[in-house]
Amino acid sequence: MKPKQMMDTSPGTVGEGLRQRGVTRREFLKFCTAMTGMLALPPSMAKVMAEAISRARRQSVIWLSFQECTGCTESITRSHSPTLETLIFDLISLDYHHTLQAASGAAAEHAREQAMKDNDGKYLLIVDGSIPMGNAGYSCIAGISNHDMLVETAKGAAAIVAVGTCAAYGGIPKANPNPTGAVSVADIIKDKPIINVPGCPPIPVVMTGVLTHFLTFGSIPELDALGRPKAFFGETIHDRCYRRPFYDQGKFAETFDDAAARKGWCLFKLGCKGPVTYNACATTKWNEGTSFPIESGHGCIGCSEPNFWDAGPLYKALSMPISVTPSKLGKAAAVGAAAGVAVTWYNRSTKAQAKAAHAKVTVQELTREEK
Amino acid sequence: MNHLDLLTFARGSALDLALIIFVAGVVLRLFEIFGLSRKPDLARPRTDSPGSGWRTMLTRSIPPQGMMKREPVTYIGGYVFHLGLFLAIFFFAPHIEFFRSLTGLTWPALPSALVDASVVAAIVALFVLLAHRLSNPVKRLLSTFGDYLAWAVTFLPLLTGYMAYHHLFVEYTLMLALHIFSVELLLVLLPFTKLFHTFSVFVSRWYNGDFFGRKGVAS
Repeated sequence: MKPKQMMDTSPGTVGEGLRQRGVTRREFLKFCTAMTGMLALPPSMAKVMAEAISRARRQSVIWLSFQECTGCTESITRSHSPTLETLIFDLISLDYHHTLQAASGAAAEHAREQAMKDNDGKYLLIVDGSIPMGNAGYSCIAGISNHDMLVETAKGAAAIVAVGTCAAYGGIPKANPNPTGAVSVADIIKDKPIINVPGCPPIPVVMTGVLTHFLTFGSIPELDALGRPKAFFGETIHDRCYRRPFYDQGKFAETFDDAAARKGWCLFKLGCKGPVTYNACATTKWNEGTSFPIESGHGCIGCSEPNFWDAGPLYKALSMPISVTPSKLGKAAAVGAAAGVAVTWYNRSTKAQAKAAHAKVTVQELTREEK
Repeated sequence: MNHLDLLTFARGSALDLALIIFVAGVVLRLFEIFGLSRKPDLARPRTDSPGSGWRTMLTRSIPPQGMMKREPVTYIGGYVFHLGLFLAIFFFAPHIEFFRSLTGLTWPALPSALVDASVVAAIVALFVLLAHRLSNPVKRLLSTFGDYLAWAVTFLPLLTGYMAYHHLFVEYTLMLALHIFSVELLLVLLPFTKLFHTFSVFVSRWYNGDFFGRKGVAS
């Protein structure tokens, strides 16, 4: 009996594309095993994933960039497992992406419209950047406002991936005072499954992991209350941090360059937001697993959390007050003192009145009540 | 409002307001108490006993002879609770950071595990003292709503702090926000409840000691 084919190479499938590019079955299985690990799936799922992906047609993906800095795209181009090339050439058909596509002007917009028409109800929509609700002119593409383009493109999408903190929660454009009236994708689109992959930028492997999950299962991964895939955002940076034992022992760096910092002690006192930040930096790390911000000596700034920019100074420890100052408290003490003087004056005058009203009674005045 | 926003509010405007009420309240109460003014005692002191007030500050802090045997729960529970709370407030590293940001002063922290143990001891002591207050007829008769309120607002920061540290039941960011809110509740109520003894206890002990010293029962 012929063994079950692990890599379907029928025409038009991902499998065929892989074969054409000389990707061996072994290499492909290796990739799938790595991905199942990343997605916290059982190892046996690697085979299932390999079969599903190879049989699938290349997924049409439309990537919309709104109020963003291209950091998310920069991040995904540094993806190593799978590499961006693997992703674009083998797994997906990236039909529209400002930065990466060759076409420009009307041809670019045509590519988007064509992809929407050809894959109606099936394409995956990736959004990076927030959407300005103030003046439409703050950010528009080919004369179309970000809001209108999002609503139009979302209509036929199977699911939406909001990549980066801006698309997921509004990010830095939404930071106080939010001059453009920036909002997130989920603030506008209510009737489509939305996966938030926050981070400024998000970890490349998290982005590719989410895409792989969608290709394998045709569904979105399990999400937390903030719409983030639990496989990557299930634990805090602090819980997975290699400096955590020092926190538990009460060993902290006092400055960024003291002996304690060089010994790798905890950065809590320097303002690390690891305890309240849910992301996979401490486990997947960055740049092909080289390191992550805390490993290079800087505390976590909490970039994958909603409104992180307005969540207090980056270099103040989490247990420190955000806005109270000794001068405010000094004024409070002065008000207290003034009120105290007033109360004392009132108490003393009450006492004085009572004393003045006190009628002295002499023995002569006392008369026995006759029965 | 997500959990981080709640924490930002707890560390921000809510803490501002709580600390302002706390500081203004404490100063107000101190003025009120010291401003009451006592009538000068023109009588000659019965015994010549300088320092009776100062000594009483210490002697009232330790059980008189025989009392430890009669009221072990009150004394031991009281010591354990107050010491545990003191260590938790002033010797937990994140708390020292809080004080440093307001005063610029800093001091060495205790290992977190030791602080954790002292919090557990304080919580257990609080429960034992509450049970004793409810079961002892004299204590129950003496207790008012203010006593139970003081117990509750002291207990909450200990409980929420413990839960936050151990990641129990509630997500950490939310638990930390709840912990800070519970401390804010304590700060706001402290100047206006029996909890003001934090500031007045040694003052009143000195006063009692001095007063009784003049009457002939110096400590």
